[in-house]
Amino acid sequence: MSFWEYANPVKFMGLSGRLIPVLSVLTALCLAVGILWGFFGTPDDYKQGSTVKIIFLHVPSAMIAINAWIMMMITSLVWLIRRHHVSALAAKAAAPIGLTMTLIALGTGAIWGKPMWGTYWAWDPRLTSFMILAVFYLGYIALWNAIEDTDVAADLTSILCMVGSVFALLSRYAVNFWNQGLHQGASLSLDKEEHVDNAFYFPLLVCIAGFVLLFVILVLIRTRTEIRLRRAASLQARNT
Amino acid sequence: MPDLGKYADTVILAYVVSFVLLIGLSAITWAQSRRAKRLLDAEEARRGK
Amino acid sequence: MLALFTRDLKLAFRSGGGFGLALAFFLIVVMFVPFGVGSDLTLLARIAPGILWIGALLACLLSLDRIFQLDHEDGTLDVLATSPLPLSGITAAKATAHWVTTGLPLTLAAIPLGYLLNLPEPAYIWLFASLAIGTPALSFIGAFGAAVTVGIKRGGLLLSLLVLPLYIPTLIFGAVSVTKSVDGLNPLPSLILLAGLTLFSVVLMPFASALALKANLN
Repeated sequence: MSFWEYANPVKFMGLSGRLIPVLSVLTALCLAVGILWGFFGTPDDYKQGSTVKIIFLHVPSAMIAINAWIMMMITSLVWLIRRHHVSALAAKAAAPIGLTMTLIALGTGAIWGKPMWGTYWAWDPRLTSFMILAVFYLGYIALWNAIEDTDVAADLTSILCMVGSVFALLSRYAVNFWNQGLHQGASLSLDKEEHVDNAFYFPLLVCIAGFVLLFVILVLIRTRTEIRLRRAASLQARNT
Repeated sequence: MPDLGKYADTVILAYVVSFVLLIGLSAITWAQSRRAKRLLDAEEARRGK
Repeated sequence: MLALFTRDLKLAFRSGGGFGLALAFFLIVVMFVPFGVGSDLTLLARIAPGILWIGALLACLLSLDRIFQLDHEDGTLDVLATSPLPLSGITAAKATAHWVTTGLPLTLAAIPLGYLLNLPEPAYIWLFASLAIGTPALSFIGAFGAAVTVGIKRGGLLLSLLVLPLYIPTLIFGAVSVTKSVDGLNPLPSLILLAGLTLFSVVLMPFASALALKANLN
């Protein structure tokens, strides 16, 4: 039994239908434990005070924001090469989630930045890159909505996603070149000296797991929605 | 409620904004899923006739 | 391919082809800046590199939808697609024609417009060089956006939304090289990066555009 069997919409619907209840419980558990632990169970940072608690939302959402795009890139490539409809629809399903995560990362960052950096917004390379990422998501979603023929839309958005990835990466380097930032280094490095203190590290990991699960479950539900809508549209065409 | 000190507003605002966005996204996703299911069921019922 | 290139040039130069519109737009954008920020010459000198680059970029954007739209509407594009020419060659020829009718005149026009904005003396050569090197990238990236949106009715706004983010690296390297020359720093590194970006776009974007056209045509 190969992984590609799940490219069959019927198989996918069956598996995802069984997975969603289990994953929902896991997601709720992880998010609840992670966020409650982070909010109530962590000490204040000696420099940042209680604002350090924002990390439990900021870092996971930022990670998902980037990884959702990477997932879209992979599923787009699968669509272009193997023409599996589920793959194209999964990419479409992931985009609004990625956009929301980008907005959460930017929003929590801005709120945190006001007391810490003294400003909601600075043209720091990472902030700028995230704003650019949000624009890429917007363009991608707008293109999906603009084209009626779903196969053409899937083709064009996939190509846009590929080209966009290259240019998003180039923009990242260009922005670094253009301005040196005030962002702190990696919060998650495996190198003990570098990453945040253990008191924050473990709840952060739980939160990240929760966000990843939430992303997976939302993608599954949205992909199912897309599959159903398409099936309904084809039935409608046949019925009338 | 932990003592959030002078940054209480900041922390709570960040959590509220994030929750609003996350719950909003989940709610929209759920509503769309329900609608799609209803639509498909209706179409399949019509075909079954 | 050469015939296609000259045909596109002729169409662009003929009245209503859009040639000159981009130039007029560029002039107006530059003229608006003193209205918006005041006529203080030292301030204008500081922001001139950025304004000139942004103005040229927007003017270039304005004429992008013409690359494929008209040919798509009258069916020429379908004929071209069935011809033995590779689709990537067709998009390359069209993007080059777009550059000759838009990027090149904009580059030349930027010099007198730079004078209007009180651009400091040593920056002119770098302004010219960066635009000459950078505008081909704008045309080739823009042709990709035009290829993606060719089948969409009233796709102009969407085209801007798709293309503008792709223009960010070009704008940064181009504007930074001019700004550096104004500040007396070495503008060469960013200019070299800009040249690399242009080469990359010129070589690879026609293939992406061809893929997008193919998806749109069948």
